This record gives sequence, structure tokens and C-alpha cells, in this order.
Amino acid sequence: MQDALFYIFAFLTLVFGFLVIANPFSRNPVTSAMFLVLTIVSLAGLFVLLHAFFLAAVQVLVYAGAVMVLFLFVIMLLDLKAEERRKIKALGVGGGLVSVGAILAIFLSSLLHTPLGATESPALEGGTVQLGKLLFTEYLLPFEIVSVLLLVAMVGVVLLSKKELK
Amino acid sequence: MTIGLEHYLVVSVLLFCLGLLGVIVRRNLLVIYMSLELMLNAANLALVTFSRFTNNLDGQVFVFFVITVAAAEVSVGLALIVALYRKRQTAHVEDLTTLKL
Repeated sequence: MQDALFYIFAFLTLVFGFLVIANPFSRNPVTSAMFLVLTIVSLAGLFVLLHAFFLAAVQVLVYAGAVMVLFLFVIMLLDLKAEERRKIKALGVGGGLVSVGAILAIFLSSLLHTPLGATESPALEGGTVQLGKLLFTEYLLPFEIVSVLLLVAMVGVVLLSKKELK
Repeated sequence: MTIGLEHYLVVSVLLFCLGLLGVIVRRNLLVIYMSLELMLNAANLALVTFSRFTNNLDGQVFVFFVITVAAAEVSVGLALIVALYRKRQTAHVEDLTTLKL
């Protein structure tokens, strides 16, 4: 059952991920954004299979919820009608395929030649309690720094969105 | 055959390569940004997988931070894109050649 679920979610993640970058039917960014939402939801399924329940929830809430709404909002704000008429250059596609294929070959060959000892799934639960304890004891300083980072990002966004940008 | 570490890592690698391909091939700034998100998600999957198979919760905390930083990054990046669009009326990388010699 778990194996079948893994294959289903992995297949869905990769197919939707492919449709984000190269949809044969539409070049509209809104379609890409919608498929990105589906990719993220299937990834959350993989997180559940890995017993990372809290992260699966955060993935859906923060990514599929907040971040993608921001994306869609900006896409709707900008008028991107002209984008669909643009041609994709064959040279760019060829170069991209070659370079990405080379990187993929490096990744996969290193994966093949690495002895992966830990194939048994140990009993590790990534629930809210366990992660929260770790977050507020051992990782308290990074947690506070991240809050400062969010504040800085917020101030930056307000500054950037001003009417006349100096 | 039971699902092991390498299965998840292969999915992560493939997703990362898809994101990289999107960044290289697509010319629309917003789609490039979405491909970047794909790459971040692939890295998150690898981290969660290692956390699960090495019996160590630190990886999941790291993913938590990555998600937070990604949210901040997306908000700033989209604000930059909007500011750029206001000035130049385009979100297409081939129209942004001011720094080209």
C-alpha cells in the first residue's frame, strides 16, 4: 500500500512539475501556477509518507496557500498577454537540455556509486510536538533570526511597492 | 521491493532538474520564479528524506527554515518584478538588456 502510494505521488509530482515548465497546450503563467500548486500538494503527500506530518501541513498552508496566492495575484496584476506570442528559441532549449542532462548524469552516477546504508525506515515521527520542542530549545536563536528576516522582507516589500521608486 | 532512500532521492533529483530546465529555458520572469520554487521544493524533499532515514529530526527543522526563507524571498522578488513592470512594462528577460554591453 505504502509503495503504491509512493509511486503515485512521485509520478504526480514529476508530471505536474513538468507541466509547470513546459505545458504543451498553454504558455500562460496562470496555468503554470496552477500546476505548481498541484506539484506542491503531491509533494505534501510524499512528506506524509515520510512521516513529516507537520511539514506536510506547512507545505500546503504556506506554499499552496500563501505563496501561490501571492504569485497568482501578481500574475493577474501584470498584463501578460504578449507573453504567449513569444517563440522559444531552439538554441536555448538545446543548450538547456544538454546542461541539465549533464547535471542529471552527475547526480545519478554519484547516487549509483554511493553506498546507501540506511534503507530501513526507523520510527521517527515529525509531528508538531517533536518539531516544536526542537524548534524552541535547540533552534531558538535561528528561529528568532528568521523572525527578524521576515520583518526585513516586509519592510523591503513596502519600500519597493512605493509609487515612485528612487 | 520496498521503498528506500534512493527512491526518494531520485524523485528529488528529477524535480531539481526540471526546475533547473525551467530556469534555463523559459523566458518569463514569473515562470522562472516558479521553477526556482520547484528547485527549493526538491531540496526540501531530499532533506526530509535524509531526516527520516538517519533518524534525526534536524533535517525537518531545516526544511521549516527553508520554507520561511522561501516565503520571504518570494515576497521580495515579486515586489521587485512589479516595480520592474511599472518602469519597463515587461516581465520578459529578453527585454531587460540594460546592462548588456
